Amino acid sequence: MDTTTVSKLSAVLAAAKAENRAALVGYLPAGFPTVEGSLDACRAMIEGGVDIVEVGLPYSDPQMDGPVIQRAVEHALEAGTNTVDVLRAVEGVAATGAPTLVMTYWNPIERYGVDRFAKQFADAGGAGLITPDLIPEEAEPWLSASDAHGLDRVFLVAQSSTDERLALTTRACRGFVYAASLMGVTGTRTAVNSQAAHLVERTRAATGLPVCVGLGVSNAAQAAEVARFADGVIVGSAFVRRLLDAPDPGSGLAAVRELAEQLAEGVRARNL
Amino acid sequence: MTDTSTFGDAFFADAYAQHSAQPDEHGHFGRYGGRFMPEALMAALAELTEAYQKSKNDPTFQAEFTHLLRTYANRPSLLTDAKRLSRAAFEKGCGARILLKREDLNHTGSHKINNVLGQALLTKRMGKRRVIAETGAGQHGVATATAAALLDLECVVYMGEEDTQRQALNVARMRMLGAEVIPVAIGSRTLKDAINEAIRDWVTNVDHTHYLLGTVAGPHPFPAMVRDFVRVIGAEAREQVMTLTGALPDAVAACVGGGSNAIGAFHAFVPDASVRLYGFEAGGSGVETGLHAASITGGEIGVLHGARTYLLQDEYGQTMPSHSISAGLDYPAVGPEHAWLHDTGRAVYEAVTDDEAMQAFKLLCRTEGVIPAIESAHAVAGALRIAPKLRAELGREPVILVNLSGRGDKDMHTAAAYFGFSGMEA
Repeated sequence: MDTTTVSKLSAVLAAAKAENRAALVGYLPAGFPTVEGSLDACRAMIEGGVDIVEVGLPYSDPQMDGPVIQRAVEHALEAGTNTVDVLRAVEGVAATGAPTLVMTYWNPIERYGVDRFAKQFADAGGAGLITPDLIPEEAEPWLSASDAHGLDRVFLVAQSSTDERLALTTRACRGFVYAASLMGVTGTRTAVNSQAAHLVERTRAATGLPVCVGLGVSNAAQAAEVARFADGVIVGSAFVRRLLDAPDPGSGLAAVRELAEQLAEGVRARNL
Repeated sequence: MTDTSTFGDAFFADAYAQHSAQPDEHGHFGRYGGRFMPEALMAALAELTEAYQKSKNDPTFQAEFTHLLRTYANRPSLLTDAKRLSRAAFEKGCGARILLKREDLNHTGSHKINNVLGQALLTKRMGKRRVIAETGAGQHGVATATAAALLDLECVVYMGEEDTQRQALNVARMRMLGAEVIPVAIGSRTLKDAINEAIRDWVTNVDHTHYLLGTVAGPHPFPAMVRDFVRVIGAEAREQVMTLTGALPDAVAACVGGGSNAIGAFHAFVPDASVRLYGFEAGGSGVETGLHAASITGGEIGVLHGARTYLLQDEYGQTMPSHSISAGLDYPAVGPEHAWLHDTGRAVYEAVTDDEAMQAFKLLCRTEGVIPAIESAHAVAGALRIAPKLRAELGREPVILVNLSGRGDKDMHTAAAYFGFSGMEA
């Protein structure tokens, strides 16, 4: 990979920064309610103002996910969603022009073949992977494959991370760093954790990469609050919740679009 | 690791140092093991590793642990010469001498108490006040609830909803001991989902909570630490067999789910090249049917619950449901040290079907007056299977040490349903 090339993901984050706002990152799992339906929902997020899309790869043992995402993913797996479907969804989402990441637990990638997945994912237009149960020390095959195929790689940092681990983890990142706003699993929370800003500050001391914050952000006010200290705001469960609660697919898409619009206003309201 | 000490030195005067080089400092047993876990847990895993390493060289900790094992858990456990079993199982002159390591006689009824007491003591040392645990059959949950009561720790046990129904008696025991039992109603609603839920709790409450994992699986340091807390089984048995027979056993047999009782039985014998090590996995309806829990025999290499190991998975890396008549073996992966012992050839793993296990279960009840856990019955069945082969190899009657990891009271419903009342009368 020519490391002087700015990835599409980095370009979008830089553009948001130039507009003096945070980028909005939206998560939805592939295959919920169907593969096509998840593609429509991702498009609705983008229409509503999401800058970067995270497509979730459904996995049988999602240890970092709360009940909302667990339920959607269980449904997707029962319907037979597999890695090939995820790659297809990535191709569809990436065709909109939005940087498209896949959020995945590690075993499905290892099983598919790390290099094989990286190649097909890059061919589909994918930007990179977010890997919540992979630490850089165990990631050698992915570090090589992501270099070979020009993919970004997003590892997570947490409030419990030592300064030493912040340095180690951010060194392995490319694109951005995912800062978990709280100690816990995905899901909506009533308030943004007060320690989130401190973690971002500590992370910035370790790296020049953009820092995006996820876990627990579900509405415009919280997005605005996080946007004051982070380069990007990541929202997942709140979008999934809109689809779960919808009486029919059409109203689900409308609800997703509406939430994206509200959040997009939120990430622009950082200075208010 | 450079230290040569171990827990309870009085118990374990054996060649620990010779094979303590596994795992490496990152928890790898060859290509297996490691730490595939959220970054949020890395600090807690590092803290636990440090506390565990320190405790190994701390005479006060060892004395405390040994004292609990001797005065509370009923150690050393007995070695029983199962003469009637041997006579009943084999044609005259074709048998084996089967010795039973009686972990069923421990307090709470299984080998689980050893690990639980060790980790509960570590929890206190780390200044944490709450323990969480997963349980399948309920044995580890009961042991954890017991240690929590003894050491004044808050205790929450996650148990698959399906298992809470299958093992209602153990749910009642845990609640009686003061633990909160939380049924897990997601995924397959069994042990693997209980582990997922425990990990979610841990990542949320890690500042004051220790995850008291019940087997030699999970991220480093769990596989090595749990092994070190249960290796007392083999260390004792090695001395007991030597005293009884004047020699090492020819083979050690144990059942393998996650693999804690088997590692406990094997570990002291790993340096003894003449001692064959056999792990018997749950073959369910037969490995060829796909309905089994034999991760090494019928699985492939992948990552689950924090470690690279053998597991049951589909072509896309989704965990496959496991099947076994024994809830304690009903787990789709296996501890990474077993994966390594398998690959190096030091231990041999075979599958024992539900039917084979239940026949051995009944035979042991009728010949020795010992009702084993169905888990342990897999080891008995395996020992009966390998005896003729060993005899042919050795040209004499082999001595086989069987780890009887637990008692079978909890399994009476399952056994009665399996045999039918007429079967029980036969």
